[in-house]
Amino acid sequence: MSKSASNTMTAMRVGPLDGLLFASNGISLTPAPSGTRLVIRARAEAQAEAKKLLGFALPTKPKTSIIKGDVHCLWIGPDEFLVIDVDGSGLPAKFEKAGNGKLAAIDVSHRNTAIIVSGPNAVDALNSGCPQDLSLEAFPVGAASRTILGKAEMILYRTSEAEFRVECWRSFSDYVWKYLVDAVKSV
Amino acid sequence: MLLINCPYCEEERPELEFRGAGEAHIARPTNLADISDDDFEKFFFIKDNDKGVVFERWRHIHGCGRFFNAARHSVSDKFIMTYKAGVAKPKLTKAQIDAVKPPAKGTPANEPVWTIEEGKK
Repeated sequence: MSKSASNTMTAMRVGPLDGLLFASNGISLTPAPSGTRLVIRARAEAQAEAKKLLGFALPTKPKTSIIKGDVHCLWIGPDEFLVIDVDGSGLPAKFEKAGNGKLAAIDVSHRNTAIIVSGPNAVDALNSGCPQDLSLEAFPVGAASRTILGKAEMILYRTSEAEFRVECWRSFSDYVWKYLVDAVKSV
Repeated sequence: MLLINCPYCEEERPELEFRGAGEAHIARPTNLADISDDDFEKFFFIKDNDKGVVFERWRHIHGCGRFFNAARHSVSDKFIMTYKAGVAKPKLTKAQIDAVKPPAKGTPANEPVWTIEEGKK
């Protein structure tokens, strides 16, 4: 094998939705840039350690999230949290030393992919497949919840009044994308 | 669509996010290896399947992922209450049960209506 630099191959990560874009009826669908994602499992007794490693406390109220800089921490269940670092930094490295057996952090950066649904009618498009009440009263800015879209599970996160982040498994992303395109067309 | 109150999410969520998980309050024998086949069958396979007020396990699988328990009327499909797993079986008042009873005359689908509360006929 040659050691010369010219023969070195560089692997390029290709996202499942790379290059796609759709906009119609005042709604645009954009694949989110790749970021780092961690699933943290921490019961009450491990939340202090999670706070130390993360730099801020985990959300305690259902359907809420906490934002610190580029890091978004979403409440998924009483002991389950999704941390999204849109900047893609050294978040997993911070958790390498978590080892008291009560805290688990799993890197799911490439299991998940995300679609940004934005526009004044974004709620209508999402509600064509999501049975939750997405009005601002019931699902305010910053609200996050695991739910369903059609037949696929997703984590829905409202980043602003007219913008949602749809986190889904990359294997479902083709279905979710096509479902949303269909939904946007018929809004 | 039914709205089910998840005791962990502390709000009502649409039925599609949930999955039923069988009868609630079944205690697993601590000496499972020692019990007879008949006792195992009774524990594992034989469910009450009552018509009337039932206690069920549910799972908020497309939500917080938690299992919880619910008291529900199996004819009217109405929920009386949901409560966290591990909480003792609640005592239901007559008013609570009356509130979820199906119409006395029944409907073509569920006639004749008798329930465990009235005794088996």
